[in-house]
Amino acid sequence: MSLKRKDLLGMADLSVEEIQLILQTADSFKEVSGRDIKKVPTLRGKTVVNLFFEPSTRTRTSFELAAKRLSADVINFAASTSSVVKGETLLDTASNIEAMQADFIVLRHPSAGAPGILARSLRASVVNAGDGSHEHPTQALLDLFTLREKKREFKGLCLVIVGDIAHSRVARSNISALVKLGAEVRVAGPPTMMPRHIEELGVRVFFNLDEALKGADVIMMLRLQIERQGIALFPSIREYSRIYGLTPERLRLAERDVLVMHPGPINRGVEISPEVADSGASVILDQVTNGVAIRMAVLYLLSAGR
Amino acid sequence: MPAGSLMEVKKVGRTIMEAQEIARAISRVAHEIIEHNHGIEGVALVGIRTGGVYLANRLAVKLGEIEGASVPVGALDITLYRDDLDARKEQPTLRRTEIPFDITDRKVILVDDVLFTGRTTRAAMDGLIDFGRPSEIQLAVLVDRGHRQLPIKATYVGKNLPTAIGETVEVYLEEMGRPDGVVILTP
Repeated sequence: MSLKRKDLLGMADLSVEEIQLILQTADSFKEVSGRDIKKVPTLRGKTVVNLFFEPSTRTRTSFELAAKRLSADVINFAASTSSVVKGETLLDTASNIEAMQADFIVLRHPSAGAPGILARSLRASVVNAGDGSHEHPTQALLDLFTLREKKREFKGLCLVIVGDIAHSRVARSNISALVKLGAEVRVAGPPTMMPRHIEELGVRVFFNLDEALKGADVIMMLRLQIERQGIALFPSIREYSRIYGLTPERLRLAERDVLVMHPGPINRGVEISPEVADSGASVILDQVTNGVAIRMAVLYLLSAGR
Repeated sequence: MPAGSLMEVKKVGRTIMEAQEIARAISRVAHEIIEHNHGIEGVALVGIRTGGVYLANRLAVKLGEIEGASVPVGALDITLYRDDLDARKEQPTLRRTEIPFDITDRKVILVDDVLFTGRTTRAAMDGLIDFGRPSEIQLAVLVDRGHRQLPIKATYVGKNLPTAIGETVEVYLEEMGRPDGVVILTP
């Protein structure tokens, strides 16, 4: 089986078989990343352009490492230092990059759907590295990969996603993948951060975190986007932390072998206490390691779909 | 990869080797390895996925029986080193490479089921060298069917098999879930 796609835009349009193929392929790339010489010649002569219209350290570095370990050439392109500030449109910027024979464009953009627009008009493969509050497929894939490594099966797994569900592309990508794979997904957060009709995606809604955590096998904490808090979604960070922060006491409500995940960057002492973030239950750094393997797998599999 | 039923309908199969002949060939190659290397000290086997891995394991058992010592065995997936990835419509499925020992300064014997164009062997040597610097690389194959496109020669050959370029040689092994056998499929 192979991934017959040019682009990776979101988890919503991936089939269960395609998800499994990406995870299985990433197994091999994890082995490559464990070698002394962490490089294979697979994408030699190919060019990957990281086009980031929002700040990012983890995702950009992860894509850059993934491309370099496949022997591709990588250009990093941050919107703040580019012609975008001179008023160039997204499509013009991307077309210019493609005119320099780029094979992959990895796009992070504040607007939902931006990668889809590029994908339709460019020959290059487009990988969505986060578009607005819409999707962040490689994050969901690395979360799935980490879960599969630790828990083997998705079916029957009880998973709680906690935080600003409404503004989280990580939540949306994960919900759509995990429901498809047969996990029981709960979402917890304040009503102001809970999108209406989210139940239709197949999740259960909790406003009380303690209740949501009962019987949980996995807790996925979302970052509180403090920089977004111009709009008042809750009275104060302290109050949010008290009601929705993950503490060692709360962790005990979940199953004994519970896993704690976080897409990063973490706000220590806000959504997650340092004791929990550094505990044996935390797989936050495994997620980062696995991110490189997942992105190598995605670049490899898409390279045949063009 | 098991031959699909479609392929079997289209092509006529001719059995070239059966279980006993395969066992004899492995036994002979094991003896040749010992003779060539004056024993098995410093020798390691690395099978090329998928068929080569099973053959490497069988060779290791045989070498152990004869010499009373064990030989380390690894598995190499060459997909990432192929030279035809660009030309293919579908990406081949990746399998894991597992070389749980240091190959530096060892005599590494690559094991494959069929030697044909030599391109797999080229890719395997590139892959192997990313893991260290073996003192020597040798090549053991069950079947050499000719038609080389690269200057590559096997050190140990189970059977030399003259074929036409359009024919397909399939090696079936019990480990894949069907009886041992080498079959030529003619289009």
